[in-house]
Amino acid sequence: MFSTRNFNRSKPVLFILILFPSLLWAYQFVTGNLGVNPIEKLMDELGLMALRLIIITLMITTLSNIKPLKSIVVLRRMIGLFAFYYVCLHFSTYIVLDHFLDMKFIIQDIIKRPFITFGFISFLFLIPLASTSTNNMIKRLGFKLWKKIHYLIYPVAILASMHFYVLVRADKTEPVIYMGIIILLLLHRIFKRLTRPQLAQ
Amino acid sequence: MKILGSEITPYKTYLNRRKFIKGSLASALLATVSSSAFANHDNNSSIYNKYLNENDKLNSYEEITTYNNFYEFGTHKKHPHLNSGNFKPRPWTIKIDGLVKKPQTFDLEKILSNVTIEDRVYRLRCVEAWSMVIPWQGFQLSELIKMAEPLSSAKYVQFVTVFRPEEMPGQQKRTIIWPYREGLRMDEAMNPLTILATGLYGHEMPNQNGAPIRLVVPWKYGFKSIKSIVEIRFLDTQPETSWETLAPWEYGFYANVNPNVNHPRWSQGTERRIGEFKRRETLMFNGYEKEVAHLYKDLDLTKFY
Repeated sequence: MFSTRNFNRSKPVLFILILFPSLLWAYQFVTGNLGVNPIEKLMDELGLMALRLIIITLMITTLSNIKPLKSIVVLRRMIGLFAFYYVCLHFSTYIVLDHFLDMKFIIQDIIKRPFITFGFISFLFLIPLASTSTNNMIKRLGFKLWKKIHYLIYPVAILASMHFYVLVRADKTEPVIYMGIIILLLLHRIFKRLTRPQLAQ
Repeated sequence: MKILGSEITPYKTYLNRRKFIKGSLASALLATVSSSAFANHDNNSSIYNKYLNENDKLNSYEEITTYNNFYEFGTHKKHPHLNSGNFKPRPWTIKIDGLVKKPQTFDLEKILSNVTIEDRVYRLRCVEAWSMVIPWQGFQLSELIKMAEPLSSAKYVQFVTVFRPEEMPGQQKRTIIWPYREGLRMDEAMNPLTILATGLYGHEMPNQNGAPIRLVVPWKYGFKSIKSIVEIRFLDTQPETSWETLAPWEYGFYANVNPNVNHPRWSQGTERRIGEFKRRETLMFNGYEKEVAHLYKDLDLTKFY
């Protein structure tokens, strides 16, 4: 049931499912159905979607440690690239719709406001991940180096959740849940590393 | 913005006019089946045009009543509209205490029969860098302060929101320390711009906007304009206020709209007027500089933000 073939088969469905929200929000935005403050709403939805997808990629790695679910890892690249897609939409909404390409203002905003600094660094770190996502790149870089580069997903996830945490004014429940999940997933990796037999003295 | 003078209506006449407006609204509803319930509230918006200056346009009733920060009903903008249905704004009393001749509790109806309700069309600027233009009905806070007879030692006024977790689901969670509290310096409270609002667009104050009575201080960030007030206290020291207590590095006691003082989360230099696509420049004291700048001439506004 959880064979590589079945996971691969589910890809087209997953692709449409994950793409769909962005098309829906774009449609709602254009037709004026995204509420009273549509730019803010669009930016929030895109950002939240990106953060959730980043967390899902981390979860997939953890799940693939469970023997019968080993093959789930074939879904990771697509979801990771979708996370990048949503981050790009989120960031361009901020640049174009929210601030109308006022670069002087935007640069100041990125430097002065910690939550925007976190978000921006997180976005920068995602660029090497997305651009080395092809099989060809893995070959060219060698798996070891490629893997090292992809450890960047940890600061990306932490910074993205901090970006959200600092943004929320009072009820921090949702960002705290995301941070909690990320911390648990990271702890699991550390635990796995420490208990790896070849590392034992 | 023109705000004062011309159309001051005594409360009784005002109520009658409101009935008239409601009557015409009802017939409008019957006449145009297709138009939404919200649209009808805007149909009489032209009566407020004389209060508007050329750069401002009224926000619609829908915008004003579906996009609110009122954490007592939840932390999302749509929550107050969705979750305030069980709130009962009548009967209502306001307790007056602290440094006054005689602490007492006023019935809201009694207060309303002693004041002059007038239209006040104000810009409202939220600390989150969005803004609206709202046609309020209300009376000057100074009128109530005169009724309360504060002692000469009273230098500050504190306001307290009602605490009813069973009617205000947001209060069941400790997002902030309930009840919500706000405060003003006495001269700010006595300023003619400062009103207690009891309605908007000629309708009784909707629950999500702070029924039945709320403060409106148009030159300060929106969070100063405390909603659903049940207690007013006169003090000789600066009172604690909710947001300042929660995050003093972000929110000050004064909270004057000031494009030159940055907030760690939002640049205050620009704002998005709800309904507009491009941001606009934020005005000093939200455009009420002429009326209020003198209150702060001896104050370092970068320190007392």
